[in-house]
Amino acid sequence: MQSEPIAREIEIAKKGSVFHSDATQKLLAFASLIVMFIVFSLASPNFARFNNIVGILLSTAVNGILAVGVSFVIVTGGIDLSIGTVMTLSAVMAGVVITFWRLPIFLGLLAGVATGGLCGFVNGTTIAKMKIPPFISTLGMMMISKGLSLVISGTKPIYFIDTPAFRKIAMGTVFGIPYAVLIFFCSAIVANLILTRTVLGRYTFALGSNEEAARLSGINVDRWKIGVYTLGGMFSGLAGLIMASRLNSAQPALGQGYELEAIAAVVIGGTSLSGGEGSILGTVIGAFIMSVLTNGLRILSIPQEWQTVVIGVIVILAVYMDIIRRQRR
Amino acid sequence: MSDVLVLMKGIEKTFPGVHALKNCDFQLRAGEVHALVGENGAGKSTLMKVLTGVYTKDAGHILYKGQEVEIPNPKAAQDLGIAIIHQELHLMPHLTVAQNIFIGREPRKGARFVLDEKQINKDAQDLLDMMHLDLDPKARVADLTVAKQQMVEIVRALSFNSEVLIMDEPTSMLTGTEIDELFRIIRELRSRGVGIVHISHRMEELKQISDRVTVMRDGRYIATVDTHAVTIDKIISMMVGQEIYETARSLPLETNKVVLEVKSLSRAGVLKDISFQLHRGEILSFAGLVGAGRTEVARSIFGADPFDSGQILVHGNEVQIRTPNDAVKYGIGYLSEDRRRYGVMPTMDVETNIVAAALDKFLGSFGWVNKASSRFAAEAQVNDLRIRTPSLEQRVRYLSGGNQQKVVMAKWLVRDCDILICDEPTRGIDVGAKSEIYKLLNDLAGSGKAIIMISSELPEILRMSHRIIVMCEGQITGELTAAEATQERILQYATRRESIARN
Repeated sequence: MQSEPIAREIEIAKKGSVFHSDATQKLLAFASLIVMFIVFSLASPNFARFNNIVGILLSTAVNGILAVGVSFVIVTGGIDLSIGTVMTLSAVMAGVVITFWRLPIFLGLLAGVATGGLCGFVNGTTIAKMKIPPFISTLGMMMISKGLSLVISGTKPIYFIDTPAFRKIAMGTVFGIPYAVLIFFCSAIVANLILTRTVLGRYTFALGSNEEAARLSGINVDRWKIGVYTLGGMFSGLAGLIMASRLNSAQPALGQGYELEAIAAVVIGGTSLSGGEGSILGTVIGAFIMSVLTNGLRILSIPQEWQTVVIGVIVILAVYMDIIRRQRR
Repeated sequence: MSDVLVLMKGIEKTFPGVHALKNCDFQLRAGEVHALVGENGAGKSTLMKVLTGVYTKDAGHILYKGQEVEIPNPKAAQDLGIAIIHQELHLMPHLTVAQNIFIGREPRKGARFVLDEKQINKDAQDLLDMMHLDLDPKARVADLTVAKQQMVEIVRALSFNSEVLIMDEPTSMLTGTEIDELFRIIRELRSRGVGIVHISHRMEELKQISDRVTVMRDGRYIATVDTHAVTIDKIISMMVGQEIYETARSLPLETNKVVLEVKSLSRAGVLKDISFQLHRGEILSFAGLVGAGRTEVARSIFGADPFDSGQILVHGNEVQIRTPNDAVKYGIGYLSEDRRRYGVMPTMDVETNIVAAALDKFLGSFGWVNKASSRFAAEAQVNDLRIRTPSLEQRVRYLSGGNQQKVVMAKWLVRDCDILICDEPTRGIDVGAKSEIYKLLNDLAGSGKAIIMISSELPEILRMSHRIIVMCEGQITGELTAAEATQERILQYATRRESIARN
């Protein structure tokens, strides 16, 4: 008897929430991207040039692929701090197979992706079976893979001098657009299909939304969780290959820090760190926002130190917007 | 009618320290709504969790359609066609209605890994149509009302072709019309031969919906009766039992000085028109079932939850309490029901815990903590409250539950609180320590503190209180003096949904 008017109020409040739905955040992110683009174009004639645009696309590729991979992990409510150094380890393994062992390039590519997948599998297993919090597990894996990269490579870069075809993987072009960019777009499309159309994608959301409910629904939670981390690791492996191909070398000292940029891109794209929601499109937009910003600020001759500051502010603002949106619910 | 679906015989279940089920029987027929009633902790939910494989029984037999079965896990129950809807909803808020219904067994197409979303939505629509439910399969569950979310759970349970449906307090979160809708669905299921177990605290619902009633008390099976052949009073007396508890021992109230007055405290959907007075030296108990809103009243007064309207007067002056900090300033202390989470800092020592809320009283020059005076104060409390600890340096987590509770009390006493709100002060405390807590509360009241005690244990309430306020569904449904109070009367008020008592 007390609650009829209350129930109605709740209904009304719920209706209001339509205006603060997920679409809003994505739209907002996309709109910011457009605005940035226009502002930079007006500010500098060099910004909108074809070569610069290609440069932006190219510089987004590696971070974008990492971010797409870690999106899956973040949607489950987890985190993966090892993606940057796993990326490096994958590149090093490709270098070992191609340059050291002189095996065919495609085996090197396979080794790279497999290395990433294996690291992800180990992450998933320690998290799901040993119940170690994702933050810790993947922090450990970050250090392990960083160390292994240095050990395996003997702390020196591995160059792909004898295999000029390797460099084509990222730097070959169609209509002036590097393959790296096309690979990034393709992997984003595949990732989007996996996340929205497949069982793995559905359970990724289910785990992030309510893991206990998923368990009680008869879902083998551990197995799917391991699957998600493995998939994320494979994307890191792919990113490592692109990176190595661009630099025409596997640089064992590189990698740390990339994980945070990728996570930042995911967050800017409206994927919630608490799990249950998120989208690949959002992540792609988030990755572009970061590289457009970096590129634009560079063109405006703003020192790199300040670029980092600006991106930090953007990350905080993006999460704050997400929090405001949630509170209105 | 005599088509017996489920027969449970001599079920035993023991948890560490608790004999939860003692030789319990239960029988469910096809096409009946069977109400399972009993006080908090009587073992209703435990019995049903045994039936659905959440817990495994220690002894006894379960027969399903005449065949003896073992139900080691929830999956086994599901396969037999036994479904349960737990008190807390188990849905994935970010997914849609259809996705939730078919989670874990989605229709697939082409390659095994690709979801057939069209089929999912169509199948869900068919199920919803069959139940005559007006729900959009594509709606996100987070955007639905609690009632609609519950419908989703019911549809999901039935989509397993369940022949037994157990609902653990399904109406506790629903409003009047929503309950009518739920009952319509229940009747429809009954007419299709589904056996339904309805666990509820609401007596008048039994008459409305159930065919038979089974009463449990203290983990024991008491009786099963036809609903139409029994009065609600009779059911309540079976729930309470025949034992005669200690009669109320009323302390003489020395003064009638009102220290706390609450006027028409309301919060949409949670509390409605809560008014009461608390006197100096009084122990005022709040009785009611779990979820009646007692803790919410306490949290509102303490500033931990907001409220929409109403006034709080301390010593006759209206005060604005927006945060716990405000409440403490006015001398109100709150002992949470969840001691470990909100009461003590388990990894810190006894002294630190005791002086934590009043640190500014022990500050010396330059803001250093004056060790000598804080030690003196803590020592005094340890002696006064008879806190059993080897030293002031002992970490609180190594103390027993009763002594932890005393540490929390000491904390508020050092802070000079003269109004103490004790939420389930004896929960998780063994019997011997309980009586010490009771004595302590009496002593505190005797020394002029005013105490609000929230408790789910009726004997405790009857033994301790000067006055008893009974709540149900966020409202005060009755007020009794110690002399008037009996278990039956309290239960009557606690299960009454309309406020008849205050006319």
